[in-house]
Amino acid sequence: MIKVRDLHKSFGQLDVLRGIDYDIKEKEVICVIGPSGSGKSTFLRCINLLEEITAGEVFIDGVKINDAKTDINDIRREVGMVFQQFNLFPHMRVIDNITISPIKIRKMSEQDAEELAMQLLEKVGLSDKANAYPEQLSGGQMQRVAIARALAMKPKVMLFDEPTSALDPEMVKEVLDVMKQLAIEGMTMVVVTHEMGFAKEMGDRVLFLDQGLLVEEGTPDEIFSNPKHERTKAFFSKIL
Amino acid sequence: MEFLGLRIDMFENIWSYRELFIRGIWVTLGLTAVGYVGGFILGLIVGIGKLSKRKWIHYPAKMYVDFFRGTPLLVQILLIHTALIPSMFGHSLGFFVSGSLALMLNSAAYNAEIIRAGIQSLDKGQMEAARSLGMPHNTAMKLIILPQAFRRMIPPLGNELIALLKDSSLVTVIAATDLLYAGKIVAGAYFRFWEPYLTVAVLYLILTFICGKLITYIENRFSNSYVPSSRKSIFSMRRSEPGGGLR
Repeated sequence: MIKVRDLHKSFGQLDVLRGIDYDIKEKEVICVIGPSGSGKSTFLRCINLLEEITAGEVFIDGVKINDAKTDINDIRREVGMVFQQFNLFPHMRVIDNITISPIKIRKMSEQDAEELAMQLLEKVGLSDKANAYPEQLSGGQMQRVAIARALAMKPKVMLFDEPTSALDPEMVKEVLDVMKQLAIEGMTMVVVTHEMGFAKEMGDRVLFLDQGLLVEEGTPDEIFSNPKHERTKAFFSKIL
Repeated sequence: MEFLGLRIDMFENIWSYRELFIRGIWVTLGLTAVGYVGGFILGLIVGIGKLSKRKWIHYPAKMYVDFFRGTPLLVQILLIHTALIPSMFGHSLGFFVSGSLALMLNSAAYNAEIIRAGIQSLDKGQMEAARSLGMPHNTAMKLIILPQAFRRMIPPLGNELIALLKDSSLVTVIAATDLLYAGKIVAGAYFRFWEPYLTVAVLYLILTFICGKLITYIENRFSNSYVPSSRKSIFSMRRSEPGGGLR
């Protein structure tokens, strides 16, 4: 479903990604782990072109996304993104955060969009917060709204960029539970995370990135119990 | 009665000129209003232009700001009234056209900077989130960025309104019949300066005071207070007019 070929990304002189090849299949949950500065967030952001790709190719459903002829807005409609800092729109109520894109971009009627938003809020356990403003929510609640907002576009794949890193510890679980539910429902997901527990439990494949390269990939079992590469071992020895 | 050469009885003479002053107030308000509204719209265009990554948009916008912010308003008024307009139309179009045009072009340069800074002060995650939902750049600007940036721009835009109101007095040099002009006429008629100019100063003070109150009202109305009723009213405004309180 997502094909990454020889992906390079540089910021000026700094090479953040130095040639990554990977295929993501439908309904797979991919967890991307690695030390900070390894390029894992950049890798994720290249998949919906929030970062311009320096060299290489990314295909989503066979469409090359970094092609001059591709309308990136069409691609992004199919790719949901959840940010570390939530990035909810503070000037809008929760429900409007969720309905604005379906209404303005998908041209859904206001009524249908609101119905959809209420279903999604129910799903993330926040139906009572529809009329609240983002500032009135806790971090965990904001992130769950952000997930609902991304889902409202009915994306084919969801990208999560360290979705629990900015949360207080007691709020991590409520967000992970929503993500687990999504995974069980068969959503294709790419998750950059420091939550090794989530990666172990929900990941179909785990990718270990270091210094802009895909060092090792495999099932959670292979990666966590039996890492082959020295750098992977060194990383786990530091965090586990 | 005299105090520092100020004669209270002079105010009776000034009172007899009240219609001149009242007309002056209207002219001043008219110049300010046209200059401000035009300056805001033009400033929005120039400010967004300055943010553009395209050089052929960015540099003209930057040059515009540099010119109108870097030269005196008085010189701009004279250039427009005595050179630009006559060379374009063959004759003067009156002080109001020249004056409000100069005020508009000048305040646009300052507004452009306020608008640029307001947009840049927003977290870039806001634009990223909007784009990640599939919004094209201009849609994201209109629905997500500008309504938020506008709230932050209200205090400096308010300062700009007050500054413009006072700066509008410079158009007296092209014989505009504004508030300051009324003072000058009375001063000339009686050869007294204290009382007419003091009257003018007090009238400007009243006008700027009212503007200040208006700005505070707008600021409160668009603030991030949590009072549900006030939040709701902002929301309903946004609903009926996409693009937020900008119009």
